[in-house]
Amino acid sequence: MQPQSEIHSHEHQAVPSDPVLRVKALESLLVEKGLVDPAGLDELIDTFQHKIGPRNGARVIARAWVDPAYKQRLLADAPSAIDEAGFHNQYGDHMVVVENGSKVHNLVVCTLCSCYPWLMLGLPPVWYKSAAYRSRAIIDPRGVLREFGLELAEDTEVRVWDSTAELRYLVLPERPAGSEKLTEDELAALVTRDAMVGVAKVQMPAEGGKP
Amino acid sequence: MLLLAIPFTSTCGTTTLSAPDPHVDDIRVRDLPRIPRDAGGPVFAEPWQAQAFALAVKLSERGYFTWKEWSTDLAAELKAAEDRGEPDDGTRYYEHWLATLERMVTRKGLTDIAALLVRKDAWADAYRHTPHGKPVKLTKDLVR
Repeated sequence: MQPQSEIHSHEHQAVPSDPVLRVKALESLLVEKGLVDPAGLDELIDTFQHKIGPRNGARVIARAWVDPAYKQRLLADAPSAIDEAGFHNQYGDHMVVVENGSKVHNLVVCTLCSCYPWLMLGLPPVWYKSAAYRSRAIIDPRGVLREFGLELAEDTEVRVWDSTAELRYLVLPERPAGSEKLTEDELAALVTRDAMVGVAKVQMPAEGGKP
Repeated sequence: MLLLAIPFTSTCGTTTLSAPDPHVDDIRVRDLPRIPRDAGGPVFAEPWQAQAFALAVKLSERGYFTWKEWSTDLAAELKAAEDRGEPDDGTRYYEHWLATLERMVTRKGLTDIAALLVRKDAWADAYRHTPHGKPVKLTKDLVR
């Protein structure tokens, strides 16, 4: 808590910031009316902070890399394949997985707000929500990728997917060369959030490093 | 080549997208702001952001509004901030989220603006009157 006022701060509590008070007002009013359940709120926050995150998506990607039949199911019907992997989608949005290849690179954005595959990736990073990314991903995807340190070959086709509240995209990155001997768990450890949004490729760890 | 993948009509602006004009784009690209970066970073920068997030998700789950309505309103809030010339680097995202939530609950009649303001003041008073180290609680007369 940041003290907003020095007055009486020794004997009494500092008044929190404006958004803190507004959220407390909303929450206490809605809870009193029985419109939300405080335990449910805590549980949801805990889930998002500790249980959901890019690791869910990484597990699905690694499985698709080692199991071609699963990959086909994932590309054909992502919600069912993701459910099959043990991640139940309770948010009602549809998901589509798009596959990167040697000549195709997919990039995901939500141009108007920040629609994002929560169940697979957790909550979006700050840059995904920025106006710069939301506008530039469409206008200048190669420039955006370059800023993320990814230079694509001229003949690579860039496909930009605009996520919505009802339809969210997840990128199936290319399995890195030299990863043939890695186990599914080791592969999952390589898959990053950025790769599943499409602003990075999955890299093999540097020589001597463990995956 | 740039290929805009447009799935179908929906909330998040896909319908308004069109193939970019190369000449205009050269100028636009040059003036575009750089993208803020993070290294994973915290999911929520402050606890109130998590609470505001959870309130919106839970109210929608209970059917008080659809997630499509939510995204439409949030997009409008973000657009309005942009139109006011506020820098939007993503760090103020949850402030816009909170404003959208207040607008949504009052629009849906779940509470009203006056009640929110009275309750906000009550919480501020509760903080001022609670001795340091004690949990801050609303008392009956403060709630009223």
